Amino acid sequence: MTSSAPQDPPHADVQNGGAPGGPRVGLFVTCLVDLFRPSVGFASVKLMEDAGCTVEVPAAQTCCGQPAFNSGDRDDTRAIAASVIRAFEGFDYVVAPSGSCAGMLKKHYVELFEDDPAMKARAEAFSVRVFELVSFLTDVLGVSAVEARFDGTATYHDSCSGLRELGIQSQPRKLLATVDGLELTEMRDSDVCCGFGGTFCVKYPDISNKIVGEKTRTIADTGADLLLAGDLGCLMNMAGKLKREGATIEARHVAEVLAGITNQPAIGGGRR
Amino acid sequence: MQITSPGFKQNARTALDDAPLQRALGNVRKGFIEKRAKAATALPEFDVLRDNARDIKDHVLAHLDLYLEAYAEKVEAAGGHVHWAETADDARRIILQICRDKNARTVTKGKSMITEEIGLNDFLEEHAVAPVETDLGEYIIQLRGEHPSHIIAPAVHVNKDQVEADFRRVHTHLDPARNLEEPTTLLSEARGVLREKYFEADVGITGANFLIAETGTSVIVTNEGNGDLTQNLPKTHVVVASIEKIVPTLDDVSQILRVLARSATGQDMSVYTTFSTGPKRDIDPDGPEDYHVVLLDNGRSSMLGTEFQDMLRCIRCGACMNHCPVYHAVGGHAYGWVYPGPMGAVLTPSLMGVDQSGHLPNASTFCGRCESVCPMRIPLPKMMRHWREREFSRNLTPATARYGLGAWVFFAKRPALYQAATRVAMAVLGRLGRGKGRFSAMPLAGGWTKYRDLPAPEGGTFQAQWAKRRHAA
Repeated sequence: MTSSAPQDPPHADVQNGGAPGGPRVGLFVTCLVDLFRPSVGFASVKLMEDAGCTVEVPAAQTCCGQPAFNSGDRDDTRAIAASVIRAFEGFDYVVAPSGSCAGMLKKHYVELFEDDPAMKARAEAFSVRVFELVSFLTDVLGVSAVEARFDGTATYHDSCSGLRELGIQSQPRKLLATVDGLELTEMRDSDVCCGFGGTFCVKYPDISNKIVGEKTRTIADTGADLLLAGDLGCLMNMAGKLKREGATIEARHVAEVLAGITNQPAIGGGRR
Repeated sequence: MQITSPGFKQNARTALDDAPLQRALGNVRKGFIEKRAKAATALPEFDVLRDNARDIKDHVLAHLDLYLEAYAEKVEAAGGHVHWAETADDARRIILQICRDKNARTVTKGKSMITEEIGLNDFLEEHAVAPVETDLGEYIIQLRGEHPSHIIAPAVHVNKDQVEADFRRVHTHLDPARNLEEPTTLLSEARGVLREKYFEADVGITGANFLIAETGTSVIVTNEGNGDLTQNLPKTHVVVASIEKIVPTLDDVSQILRVLARSATGQDMSVYTTFSTGPKRDIDPDGPEDYHVVLLDNGRSSMLGTEFQDMLRCIRCGACMNHCPVYHAVGGHAYGWVYPGPMGAVLTPSLMGVDQSGHLPNASTFCGRCESVCPMRIPLPKMMRHWREREFSRNLTPATARYGLGAWVFFAKRPALYQAATRVAMAVLGRLGRGKGRFSAMPLAGGWTKYRDLPAPEGGTFQAQWAKRRHAA
């Protein structure tokens, strides 16, 4: 994935298939990527195919169920979880370009079936195969470098679930360090929440605004021209706030830069 | 104390607009976090000690009745008195009776969240007994007629210049020329005033960080030495503690103490760790003649055996609120009752009812930082979620959230329908937002667009594009 010339559509270089004999991966797209930023899905496919995986995208997926889970609606969460588990049985791995959704699939599905031993066993077998994208590339596939180019200075925000539920911290930084032309600069408190919190940001907008305002200040203080993170929810929150504040810093999902798929507008940015 | 948790949203808005409060909250963000991190890193066995601390408390909670009885026997064997208080009201009446038996006019108080929980100060004042807070932070907020906004730093919401103004207002003896700009000068002024009160007091009331079953000992940890003067100088010492403060042995206390101060203030140990067993003995040069322990339940025993039992491991270090972005934003008073931050978001619904405090477990981003620093490894986000489940099953979730969620769930459970609907919706939204790449207003998304733009979708869902590509391949 060396720096290919800008193309339109941006991810035309993504082919179906991959190396025969490599692991068969089911991509859990996540609802936000599916709806708002398909580029991240294509970037994920490209990164995994380049690493020798065969990637498939089961059609019977919508969302990981977190909105219901975190709203206390356990029954509906269980139904959604069961259908996700069903859709992804048979894959060697299940990979999501989001620490939050991967955390839900990997850590929380098992909790949902405490009273159902058969489903619990399936959830446990499912759980060990689930990974967040960057962690999958580095920790499972042993990818240590990418072939991509991005000219600029980036700062990386550690999204909470990825960081604290899945231990994702060094992996994206390691891969980003191998992107040609990219300089990485750390913001203060990169491990502090951006104030998104799923439904939290619309249930408590005043508090969420205060938290994201602190975050955009630390982002601006770095002087970077690109904000990266591994979760689209957090990115939409931070990018939305940066835009409202009139900041020029752009926001992208880390997979876009790692895959070299960056000729589409940044998150919240218009057509150039 | 009047609960204002139902007005959390308004409380939060007020707090966000309160400039001095916001200035003071900056100190929480800076001070506590770095100090804790340094202390935790410096101790290689810190995480093992956390495991041990968790296991010790889990063991106690599994046998709480036995340990409480063993503790009470030891207290009485040492010449102390044990009072069992099922409710806050019981505890207040017991304490008032002890004060009346001693004809007490003035009581000094060490820092105690349990006496906040039972609203003791107001009650004593109503019954002609004057409580005097001796912890500097507590003393400041008593002067201000406020309640603590933090469980270990009760006046963390107040700035130095405000304290100076309060002292000048109440301490009428103060020379206007006296410099009170430094924290140390404020401290020595408070010390001078309090020194007199220690000798006036007939009864000294403290809380307890631990109650040791093996010896019948109550333990307090303090930094100012006020706790020792409170419990040693008056003739009567009353310990007010909740039932989950029990630990089996001195060895167990030693282990938990090693994580307590490090998690709270980043100290290896607090300046004073004071063990009290019964009243003054004949061989003791000083100490109280009477020693009472009031053991408060106030709803805790009904948490045993439920999904909230783990909360009873809490040792009140404050690390969860020190690391909470929501607490940093709004401070402790917005939570509307005694216990703020993540621990309060779990405990308040347990003690006051979730119908009174439903906002608290909802006002969390589930960032998980609280759990990651909790010395007792309490799964705080998980328990907040359990409260949301209780609310949902009792139909306490706000109607708009419920309908919105219901509509979303309907589609989320039907992938084919979901994909058909979103394909169209995203194509339209993508086209509408194409030029600017974002929306500054959007019907039904006011909560989002009030403060931030909504990034526009790229247009066309991933699933639709993927299907097209597969088809072409």
